[in-house]
Parts: sequence; C-alpha cells; structure tokens
Amino acid sequence: MALFWAFVLASSTLLYVLLDGFDLGVGILFGATRNAAAREAMVTAVAPVWDGNETWLVAAGVVLWGAFPTVYATLFSAFYLPVLLMLASLILRGVAFEFRHQADGPRWIWDASFAGGSLLAAFIQGLTVGALVQGLPIADGRYIGGEFGWFSPFAAICGVGLCLGYALLGAAWLAFKCEGRVREQAFRIIPFLGVGLLAFLLVVFGYALAENLRVLSRWFERPYLLAFPTIAALAALVLAASVRRRWDGAPFYMVVVIFAAAFATLAISFWPYMIPFTITIDAAAAPHASLAFMFWGAGLFVFPLMLIYTFVSYSVFRGKIKPKVY
Amino acid sequence: MDITALLLSRLQFAFTVSFHIIFPSFTIGLAGWLTLLEALHLATGRPAYRVLFEFWLRIFGVAFGLGVVSGVVMAFEFGTNWSELSRMTGPIQGPLLTYETFTAFALEASFFGILVLGRSRVGPRFYLFSTAMVALGTTLSAFWIMVNNSWMQAPVGYAVQNGVFVPVDWAKIIFSPVVWVRFPHMLLASFVTGAFCVATTGAWYLLGRRYISEARIMLRMGFFLAAVLVPVQLFFGHLNGDYIHDHQPAKFAAVEARWRDETPASEVLIGWPDPSRETNRYAISIPVLGSVIGSMSLDSKEIGLTDFPRRDRPPVLIPFFAFRVMVGCGLLMLALSWVGVWLFRKHAAEPNRWFLALTLFSFPLPFIATLTGWFTAEVGRQPWVVYGLLRTAEATTPFLTTRGATISLVVFCSVYSFIFAFGVFYINRLLRVGPDLVSSPTKATPRRPMSILTPPDVSATQTIRAGE
Repeated sequence: MALFWAFVLASSTLLYVLLDGFDLGVGILFGATRNAAAREAMVTAVAPVWDGNETWLVAAGVVLWGAFPTVYATLFSAFYLPVLLMLASLILRGVAFEFRHQADGPRWIWDASFAGGSLLAAFIQGLTVGALVQGLPIADGRYIGGEFGWFSPFAAICGVGLCLGYALLGAAWLAFKCEGRVREQAFRIIPFLGVGLLAFLLVVFGYALAENLRVLSRWFERPYLLAFPTIAALAALVLAASVRRRWDGAPFYMVVVIFAAAFATLAISFWPYMIPFTITIDAAAAPHASLAFMFWGAGLFVFPLMLIYTFVSYSVFRGKIKPKVY
Repeated sequence: MDITALLLSRLQFAFTVSFHIIFPSFTIGLAGWLTLLEALHLATGRPAYRVLFEFWLRIFGVAFGLGVVSGVVMAFEFGTNWSELSRMTGPIQGPLLTYETFTAFALEASFFGILVLGRSRVGPRFYLFSTAMVALGTTLSAFWIMVNNSWMQAPVGYAVQNGVFVPVDWAKIIFSPVVWVRFPHMLLASFVTGAFCVATTGAWYLLGRRYISEARIMLRMGFFLAAVLVPVQLFFGHLNGDYIHDHQPAKFAAVEARWRDETPASEVLIGWPDPSRETNRYAISIPVLGSVIGSMSLDSKEIGLTDFPRRDRPPVLIPFFAFRVMVGCGLLMLALSWVGVWLFRKHAAEPNRWFLALTLFSFPLPFIATLTGWFTAEVGRQPWVVYGLLRTAEATTPFLTTRGATISLVVFCSVYSFIFAFGVFYINRLLRVGPDLVSSPTKATPRRPMSILTPPDVSATQTIRAGE
C-alpha cells in the first residue's frame, strides 16, 4: 500500500513538473520578450491547460498529507517562507492569465506578475529540491533548521537550474504549438538553454564532488542509476538533431524524456528515503487503515480517471495554435 | 513569543478560510440553481430559462475560479502553520481531503468543460446530466470538508497510537450523526445564498426596468426557494444546537453567555458578556426559555461556563455575538422571502419599489450568516482544535517565528485583497451588463473558467478550432 501511494505521489509530482514546468517556462520566456504579438501567442499556447496543470500540485499535496503525514508536516513547515512565496507567485500569475486581457487597467502589471510569478515559482521549486538533496537539518523526525535552514548556495544554484530547465521545456512547447516568429525564436533559444542546463548539471556535479554529498555516493553504490543519465544523453542528441532539422514536436518530447530521466535519477537515489537520509517511505507511511481507505476509492478509480481526463483535455487542444491576426 | 506566532497563525487561517468559504458557499448554491434552470428549460422549452442559464453560468465561472485559487492555499496551510496537527491527525484528515480533491477534480473539472464548451456537441439530456454532475461535484467537495471539520468538532472512530490519531472505523467517521446535521446546514446555507443572490439580482434589474421578464423569473424563483429553504435551514440550525449541547457543552454555554448552572435556565437575548467578572452586563433575558432551547424542557439544568476551568473555556464574546448575528440574518431572510412571495401572490404584476430596494440591499445577508455561523462554530470550540483531545496551542508549528508568521499574514492579506477586488469588480461588471451577452458564443475552456471574461479576439476559441 505504501508503495502504491509512493508511486501515485511520484507520478503526480512528475506530471506536475512536466506540465506546469512548460507553462512556467513559457512564463519565464514571456518576460524575456517585448514583442506584443509574440507575447500573445505565448499566452495562448498555455492558456487552455495551465489551470489543469496546477491541479497536480494540489493532488500531490493532499496525497502527501494522506499517505505520508509526517513528511507533509515536516516539509511544509520547514519550507515555510518558500511555500508562501510559491503560492503567492502561483496565484498572481494565475489571475494574470485572465486579467491581462481586460482592456481597462494597465496591462504591464499583469504582464509583470505573469513573468515574475512564473520565474519566482520555478526558482523556489528548484531551491526546495536542492535543499532536499543537500539534506535538511532534521533531528528526531522534526525540522530544526529555523527560518532559513533550507538555504544554501547549492540550493540557490538548483533554483537557477530549474528556471533554465523550465525555460527549455517552455521553449520546446512553443516550438511545438506555435508557428512563424515565435516558433523560430523558440528553436533558436533551445540550444542556448540546453547548453546552459548542461553547464548547470556540471556545476552541480562538481559541487557534489567537492562537498561529497551523500546522494552522489549512492550513484556509485547503484551503478544501474547511470542508465538514466544515458537515456537523457541520448534524448539530448535527438534534441540537437531535431532542432537543427526543425522537427516541431520532437524537441518537446525529448526534453520531457530528459526531465523524466532526471526525476527518476533523483527519486531512485533518494530511495527508500522520502526526506533524504532521515525519513524512509515506510517510516513516513500513514497507518494501513488510512492507505487502504484511500486506495479503494481515490486510488483505484479516481486517479486513473484523472489521468484519462488530463489526456483527453490535451487531445482537445492538440495541434498548432492559430496565430492571431493583427 | 510562541503565543504571538500562534495568534498570527490563527488570524491567518481565519482570514484565508473566511475568504475561501465565500466563494464555495455561493457556487454550490448556484450549481444547484443552474441544474434547476436547465431542467426547467428541458421540460418547458421556455427560452428565458436558457438565457438565465447562460447568464448565471458566467458568474458561476468567476466565483468558481476564485474559490479554486483560494482553496489551493488551504491545502498547504495545514502543513506550514499547523505541522503538529497535520502530523497527528494526518492519517484521518489527509485521506478525507484527498477524497475531496480527487472527487472534486474528477467531477467538476470534466463536466464544467462540457458546460462551457459542449452545448453544441452533446445532447440536451446529457448536457443536463453534466450540469447535475458539476452540482454533485461541488456538493461532494463540501461533504468531505464537513466530514473533516465535524471529526475535529466531535472526534469518533479513532485510536491514539504513539501520539497519532489512527482511523479505526471509517464508517463511524463518515456517518457520524454530527456530520449529518452539519453537512445539510452548510448545504442549505449555500442554497439560500444562491437563491438570495438570484432574487437580489432580479430586484436590481426590476428597479432599473431592464430585462423585465428574466428579472421577474429570478425574483420569483429566488424568493420562492428561499421561502421554502430558510425555515428548513432554521430547523437544521436547531439540530446543530442540539449536537453542540450534547458534545460541546462549553461552546453551548459560551453561545448562550451562561456563566453559572441554572435550573431552569433563562435565555439571554442580548447583552454584553464580561469574562473578567463572569457575568453579563445590560442583559435582557427571558426566564425558562434557556431550558426549552437547550433540552426542550421547562425545568432542565443547563450548564454554565464556570463549570469549566478557565483554560478549557472558549472566548465568549465572538460566539455570543456571531451566533446572534447569524440568527438575525436568518430571520430577516425569512421575513423578506415570505413577504416577497406574499406580495407576488397579491399583486401578480410587480412588488413595489421600496420592497425591491430593500431586497437589493439584503444581498450581504446570506454571506454574513454563513461567515458568522462559522465564527460561532470555530471560535466556540477553542481552546481545542480536535475537541477535547488536542489544544490549538499544541497544534501549531513549534518553531514558527513571529516574524515568519507576520510576513505570511501580510502577504496573504495583500494578495487576497488584490484578487478579491478584481473578482468582485468582474462579477459586478457581468451583473451590470446583464443577460444580454448571452447571444455571443461561449469562449471559456474547461480548465479556465475565468476566461469567460476575455474579449473574443484573444480567447482560446481559436485554439480549439485549430485543434479540431
């Protein structure tokens, strides 16, 4: 049971990272352009789906509480200020989608909150992952780090790295969904973001070597983990080729593969811990009565339904967005 | 210092949850009203019902969006500010909230998409079914929340193991009698809110002599529904009083501002409770009525607050006054709706203008009643968060600093005020425009209810067409 819910939690989180990742990425790229038509196309490319994407964050949050209450209580209270800022960013960028089209009122406020909110939310998500890898100060199952115990240069680098990663995902999505100028720009920026991300990974790796982070030693203990970086490297090669030949759909799927591989690497290097090296999945799991109650309704029936629903809503909005006529 | 962070956390939770409840209490009622309209349209074929449906669907969309956005915060706030609570009650509260999110997601999200986009793609019966499913989704969402909150008010079906509340009997938790008086009370509050909003909108248009035929339907149906629902609501309110009387005697005594045991008990109608002197100033009370209300008897002994040690007593002022404001709003709504129905019967044409104006200004009543009802329930159960078992002071995040709590409270207050101002502005604009905009095609998308607001040239319609 605990394994089933760990799987549901991991899939919800991965889906969240992939789906909200590209729309946060588009938000970040949105801030980097001044062209009104391009901005319009970018918003249109994510507008129909962003809300559903964010639902996976809530799903992951409540599953975490129901199935692993200790982890939920420890993590969210430890990341008090980051969680607060992330929620505020997500709210502001969410309402910006709807309000920026209102003719009355200054649009720049909404544009700024869309771009700024996306960037801040992405940075904080990267920061929290970095802090987890670094290891939170936890004693006796409780966080003891204080207000800023989660902060470290490494965590901050991870924050920047995830911004790059999401921007890459966003650019690949734009290449996939847009036409004309936006598509061309997206194709041009993908190599830079890709190389940037690679540089980031090297820095992380170097830092990990220097600091001898425990996660790194796990990679040596479990050599089969290297399969995932290999898959990612192959995907990166296909990505490079597809960008050169301007295949529209391929870059997005390849970046998805890279993200999924990175996620799997991380998840398996944490295994069997949920909060690295202090709380294991089994120790964190709620009592069997809770897990079983969730399994026989929410897990067995509603979760697959949610997956189907997500798939259907994407297929409704498949294909290129129609460029706006000016 | 912890006291301060605790107080700030309580204020923050009170603020965010009060903000949140405004929107669901409105949308649950509206979803029911939309289902009714669609069913009437299907049965009678009258176009006015269809016009009203399209109009209220847009308002539903905006309120729904604000409810979703403010609800996301709630899912994380338990962990950030109440980590001890979420650690100890997670095995019970977590699964309940998982069901809440999952069922709401599955039903509301899928079928709301059909409501907005699917009129032309599905048959009329299926469309009606979809409307009913959205209503069911919002209702289920409220149900799980009420199960969760009722468990905290009157914990059942649990065992404490290593300081953690472990579920031993889910059926007891879900079918607790407390759930089945509190859930209908909340549901009826939403329906009354919906009915009153519809009626006041009708009164507004009639005052401005616009959309006369639609306005008349709104006023008539709104008042008729309210006239039937408000008395039922008062009855369920009484049942709620009974559960409080039996399960939470300290809360009951606080609501009644009864300081000492009385046999038979009097009922304080109004007064100023003075906790330091443990007495009421300027009180107007009626003898024996307190026993009648508490136990349906003429000579029962009713318990006073001084039976409880000070540290187990709830604050008195807020439950005492919040309860009286709630009942007052309820009685006003009862009077308004009955007079309204009576006026409609007497003068079939149109109620007079002073009555319409009175109706228009009554629109905050159901919202005030819902909020003060929750204040009574939540402040009255203090100092407990899980009644009788876990104190609020012990449930908070132990290492939360006053500074951190201040920052978050300020951020939430400013962000919420900001989006609330815009949300109200857009709902007001939709109401001002009126049912006219119905002729234009719907532009929202399933996961984007608020895009109803966007002008046609930049909407997602193009996206859909391109995708076809």
